[in-house]
Amino acid sequence: MNSLSVASSTPKFSPSGKLRIGLVQFPGSNCDQDCFDAMARHFAIKVAPVWHTDTALPPLDAVILPGGFSYGDYLRSGALAAHSPIMAAVKAFVGKGGAVIGICNGFQILTESHLLPGALLRNASRRFICEFVHLAAGAGESVYQKTLAAKVSQLPIAHGEGRFFIDGEGLKRLQGQGQVALRYATHTGQISPQANPNGAIDHIAGIVSANGRVFGLMPHPERATDLLLGGSVDGLAVFEAFLSSFT
Amino acid sequence: MQMIPPALGTLARPAPIDETPGPAFEQLQRKHKLTTAEYARVKSILGRVPTLAELGVFSAMWSEHCSYKSSRVHLKRLPTEGPDVVVGPGENAGVVRLSGKLCLAFKMESHNHPSYIEPYQGAATGVGGILRDVFCMGARPIANLNALRFGLRSHERTPFLLENAVKGIGDYGNCIGVPTVGGNVSFDQSYNGNCLVNAMTVGVIHEDHIFKGYATGQGNIVVYLGSATGRDGIHGASMASGSFASQDANSRSTVQVGDPFTEKLLLEATLDVLDKGLVIGLQDMGAAGLTSSAFEMAGRAGNGLYLDLDQVPVRTTAMSAYELLLSESQERMLMVVEPGKWSELQSVLAKWQLACTVIGVVTDTGRVQIQHQGRLEVDVPVDPMTELAPKYNRPMQPRSAPELSGPALNQAATAAIAAKGGASLLLDLLHDTGDKLPLYRQYDRHIGRKTVHASESQGGAVLWLRSEWADPSEPYLGVVMTASCNERYNRLDATLGAAHAVLKSARMIAACGGVPIAATDCLNYGNPEDPEVMDDFSRGIDGIGLACRELNVPIVSGNVSLYNETDGQSIAPTPMIGMVGKLNDVRLCPLAAPTGPVALFLLHGNHVTGEFGGSLAAKALGLPLRAGRAPEIDWAQEREAMDFLRALNSAGQLAVARDVGDGGILTTAAKMALLTGQGLTLSLAAVAGAGDLSSYFAEVSGCYLIALHEAGAVAGLRAARDLHHCSLTPIGTIKSGADICWGEWSVGVDAAHRAFCSSLILS
Repeated sequence: MNSLSVASSTPKFSPSGKLRIGLVQFPGSNCDQDCFDAMARHFAIKVAPVWHTDTALPPLDAVILPGGFSYGDYLRSGALAAHSPIMAAVKAFVGKGGAVIGICNGFQILTESHLLPGALLRNASRRFICEFVHLAAGAGESVYQKTLAAKVSQLPIAHGEGRFFIDGEGLKRLQGQGQVALRYATHTGQISPQANPNGAIDHIAGIVSANGRVFGLMPHPERATDLLLGGSVDGLAVFEAFLSSFT
Repeated sequence: MQMIPPALGTLARPAPIDETPGPAFEQLQRKHKLTTAEYARVKSILGRVPTLAELGVFSAMWSEHCSYKSSRVHLKRLPTEGPDVVVGPGENAGVVRLSGKLCLAFKMESHNHPSYIEPYQGAATGVGGILRDVFCMGARPIANLNALRFGLRSHERTPFLLENAVKGIGDYGNCIGVPTVGGNVSFDQSYNGNCLVNAMTVGVIHEDHIFKGYATGQGNIVVYLGSATGRDGIHGASMASGSFASQDANSRSTVQVGDPFTEKLLLEATLDVLDKGLVIGLQDMGAAGLTSSAFEMAGRAGNGLYLDLDQVPVRTTAMSAYELLLSESQERMLMVVEPGKWSELQSVLAKWQLACTVIGVVTDTGRVQIQHQGRLEVDVPVDPMTELAPKYNRPMQPRSAPELSGPALNQAATAAIAAKGGASLLLDLLHDTGDKLPLYRQYDRHIGRKTVHASESQGGAVLWLRSEWADPSEPYLGVVMTASCNERYNRLDATLGAAHAVLKSARMIAACGGVPIAATDCLNYGNPEDPEVMDDFSRGIDGIGLACRELNVPIVSGNVSLYNETDGQSIAPTPMIGMVGKLNDVRLCPLAAPTGPVALFLLHGNHVTGEFGGSLAAKALGLPLRAGRAPEIDWAQEREAMDFLRALNSAGQLAVARDVGDGGILTTAAKMALLTGQGLTLSLAAVAGAGDLSSYFAEVSGCYLIALHEAGAVAGLRAARDLHHCSLTPIGTIKSGADICWGEWSVGVDAAHRAFCSSLILS
């Protein structure tokens, strides 16, 4: 038997109590089902769907903004979704210290909503890129950085507009406040231009808010939870950190 | 909600077309691609001279693309039945049972002509069209594949077509969220003026919830769903049914424009309304738009339809009935709905922000009657439209024998290889058929959480299904999907070449440890009015039929694309085969290339006969294209090799497996090594009748390169003693740090890796 024949690993984290997690579905969201499935299979959590036209969130502990092409990503990725009715409620939720993870298009929606700084621009190659990348955790106090610092993570990316950009001031602030959560790296964790797939500034793949509760990342942790599907289960640690961020 | 047709007698009739003999009428007839005899049949069905809109309707419905008029007499020779076939050809997609109640719905379709004119939109809408064919049956698409054929790399249009077709496929699939996991691409001079874009979608569906497109129940309303209608794609079906002249590369107005975001909404809305039982009939408005969906749904149900074109949502002003009927605007569906369910349907569709409008009603007239601005533009009986559609048994003329016999070509190739040098030839072949990652990297291959292997490693695409509809005893149930056709073999021998297309897919499935279940065919040929092309087509059907029977694989869906010619130059016959196979346990699935050092074995027929006819080497060496023989097929050996691979796999012994393909044993082995930057040492001295330089490049049938898990190697060899038609011979190793070495020849691994990686570098 080869190494791939090992069944999906059991998650180390098994949260007690009933967690209330909601996932916002925008028209064009296409990673919503994958997130539902990953949370159900690996954490036994039934995530509640929240529709984009809703004006209020149900009582929740945390929110997932999934990947996809919300509203067709017309105008700019995430720009229209940022103005959908539900995002006002998500902003209020964040204002009260609520926990949010935005994956790929969800990250784009977070920056367009100014819940995270910076912007996600067209990849430097001007092409869509789908591949597994290696990621090193940035220095910082958030549960994401502490959890992901344990090892170099391997997660897939799939985006056309994932080149993180922020002005010089903003970048200094991110670095100074320890908000850079993930950087593209080599398999040994070295930061290098060769390991940066999309030209992101400072090789940034994911950032956290100053309070460590809002996390946006371009890679897809929900696609790296089974050894059989690409050989990495490093997405589980991202979700473990997400669950720890509010429990 | 009800719609009551007005008393049709009170409607004005538009003037019939002017059929006064002369240049104007001839031009009208030519534009509509109706022969004089076909036009006479139109008049006899109607009992009068048609209106312009009716002429357009007949032109579209009787186009080669919609009516299969040249191919139908041959298609019936294909085997289409089997114990696991749930829906065979004739519906929007074929359906086969995989496990328990879990079925696969799948089909492959061509979008060649639009893709040559406007490759980005042509390829994108090709993906959109095949997705709709699958999800309008109620299946959720889980994978897309594509098969691409372009002219020579040196041809001026090839880089533009490749770059944009790939981008179109990627952008559409990525946005709608269906992974693009497999397929193939090749370059041949016969596609210089006519590229091929064949798209395949595979969906999952519960056996008890398969939906068919019937317009039943008089008084039920006809509902239009999706994007508004514009002037794009008018006469697309007719365009796809004629030959190209090179200046037609500018006829962009016949190409549709895709919107994958709307398609995503349409996908979710369609599955939602089918799941809730809100519609009676449903059909994609594909080729020939509203016209074909209306006639097909009415025809299947034996009913009539009344349509009011004034209700059709439009995106531009002053569209004529003719344009509304023939527009191929994308992302539209026609539904038949019970009036009592209209309000619930509206509320479901409102959730998806899709426009829906009642545009007609099911009638008992047996006619399709269409009103526009107070005039009865179309009044045509349904049955004769399909039953009396032209059907041709066109003349056939076998091609002359290839320029050189098999032995003569093999001799010429041996001399040419010796003159060129093996190292130089290998580099050429690696460049021609090397790394596909630059294409696959642009496709989202992982969405859906099912992808075990996508085809960037050049094996079959493998998905882990994790479906609650499957037999619970198969938690690791998988599907293997492939697309294959070697156009060079088909150019030499249309029967044997078509059989090879089927066989190659079956071998790729076996190399994943899977069992082929069913296939779809996308038959790309040239001008059927050329007797040699028609003969190729007929032989192609025979070849596919033969292979499907030998391998027990039914054809459950398909598509015919004729008139693939430009300026009188037809493409090489290209019967593209898409196949699905069952994998009992994805955990055991071998890799198509090793990730570390391995000992390589060749599983081969006891009598290996390499050929250069249609080989990649012959192409690289500039030898005549129609010369020599394609590799012979020994069906008993092929079946035994596949069974042996599956047995090794079930026993957990198969680590790596790949069928030997283009470029022969050396090229295939080198590609396996180079995928992970490793080197290769290979010797064919121990294989019967092989060992000289040319034997490394000759192409063979029924051969696989495999590596066994270390502990299983001995047992695997022992099992091989029971083989009657095959042998398992150790032939070398793959390991890093080594060069590419074969027999007494070699090439540096760096040079080889560069050639391999440069294969599909885009501008």
